[in-house]
Amino acid sequence: MTENFGCIILGGGHAAAEAALCLRKEGFEGSILMAGDEPSLPYQRPPLSKTYLAEDVTADSLLIRESQAYVGANITVRVNARAVKLDAASRVVTFADGVQAQYGKLILATGARPRKLVGAGHLKVHYIRTLADIDGLRAVIAPGKRALIIGGGYIGLEAAAMLKKLGLHVTVLEAMERILQRVTAAPLSEFYTRIHREEGVEILTGVSIKSLRADGAELADGRFVPADVLIAGIGVLPNIELAEMAGLRMEAGAVFVDSHCRTSDENIYAAGDCTSFFSPHYERLTRLESVQNANDQARVAAANIAGHVSVYDVLPWFWSDQYDLKLQIAGLSQGYDEVVLRGDSATGRSFAAFYFAQGRLIAVDAVNRPREFLLAKRLIAAKVSPDRNILQDETADLKKLL
Amino acid sequence: MAKITFIQHNGTSQTVDANPGMSVMEAAVKNAVAGIDADCGGACACATCHVYVEPDWVEKAGKRSDMEADMLDFAYEVRENSRLSCQIKVTEGLDGLTVKVPEKQF
Repeated sequence: MTENFGCIILGGGHAAAEAALCLRKEGFEGSILMAGDEPSLPYQRPPLSKTYLAEDVTADSLLIRESQAYVGANITVRVNARAVKLDAASRVVTFADGVQAQYGKLILATGARPRKLVGAGHLKVHYIRTLADIDGLRAVIAPGKRALIIGGGYIGLEAAAMLKKLGLHVTVLEAMERILQRVTAAPLSEFYTRIHREEGVEILTGVSIKSLRADGAELADGRFVPADVLIAGIGVLPNIELAEMAGLRMEAGAVFVDSHCRTSDENIYAAGDCTSFFSPHYERLTRLESVQNANDQARVAAANIAGHVSVYDVLPWFWSDQYDLKLQIAGLSQGYDEVVLRGDSATGRSFAAFYFAQGRLIAVDAVNRPREFLLAKRLIAAKVSPDRNILQDETADLKKLL
Repeated sequence: MAKITFIQHNGTSQTVDANPGMSVMEAAVKNAVAGIDADCGGACACATCHVYVEPDWVEKAGKRSDMEADMLDFAYEVRENSRLSCQIKVTEGLDGLTVKVPEKQF
């Protein structure tokens, strides 16, 4: 028997949860199925690498919505439901248990999965993506143990800060010349390298691993890093198998969506980490891994499905918590040709870096500087070129720039 | 348990049950109260859970933290009684708290 739904949402993360509720908020009257392959209702992922392990945060408190919110909105929710087949011509999804469901509209919110470390040898590799990952990690950590983190991106660095706080000895290995190289500009990499070293975390950059052993990692330069716990944070891969099966257009290794968050199939929309899109603000193909993108794309997809034309043109923003530092990022800094600093990034713990390209403000990295973050968010969206003298003068009132 | 009422810009209101210890934002999001996006999940990173605390409750809701005050400095339509709802912890003493939701968050 094939079930029938007005809209099926595949996925159980931020985008799925937001899309489900937004469909109702936008007045969608059809039946809704939200089906994800994890055992839990959608939960907040950012705390997994931040507060969940180190502080007294329960899994229940991470839930984005309580189950009654879905019940109240008449949304059928299925957990442990992995879709294994998507037939776009007949609009039928097949789940791992054999259940088939037909949709009027489909939203792919399948997210991404951690890139796996190959040749891991005898030491179990931990990843940081799901509640189950963190519960697995919790079981093996203890004060005094040695943690080796492969990958100096945000996940790896947040995990380093968290494990340090829990009393472990922490080493971070980064293959590139600087940490955060793929995602941010040099001033920020230098800042976080200094901070982590000041906190007692060892950061090794430009290193490659010759072999992983049961007791640590042997580096190509001959050094040996002993370890009891191994964590890999080496990027994610968008979950695109179903989209490929349906023959949808792909770009940059992800499901390409138009400004309405619709894929190349008129009945299939997509939102979150599994998508790529053309950014009208930066005028280039973009793929983002962020809660902001997941939520905002989900809102746009839901509105369009409900019949309210909505266009995705939101400025990307991100945040990262490490130690006592809150980093807030607005915009994308790739392609910058000028950096203006406000505050002291060389010795302090609070500053903002404003990135310009051809005279236009394109991004800000703000560390413990919420005012600069929110100001820049508005200035970047307005595509203006604020006065550099005011930006770098700590005594100048930022409100003059509005 | 505390009852918290959210009044929308258009005047409609919704009252939800909140457990002491959670934030006013969490109570709103878990119950799908419209207009409170709270994209960062309570990390005080996004300023999308801005509310106006009704005058009678301003004192009981407590003072803005430094971080929160800085965030509100550049939020939209900030007033004397503006708060980020992720930074208001629910207590039994806040039973009956009423807040207004702004027209837009950002």
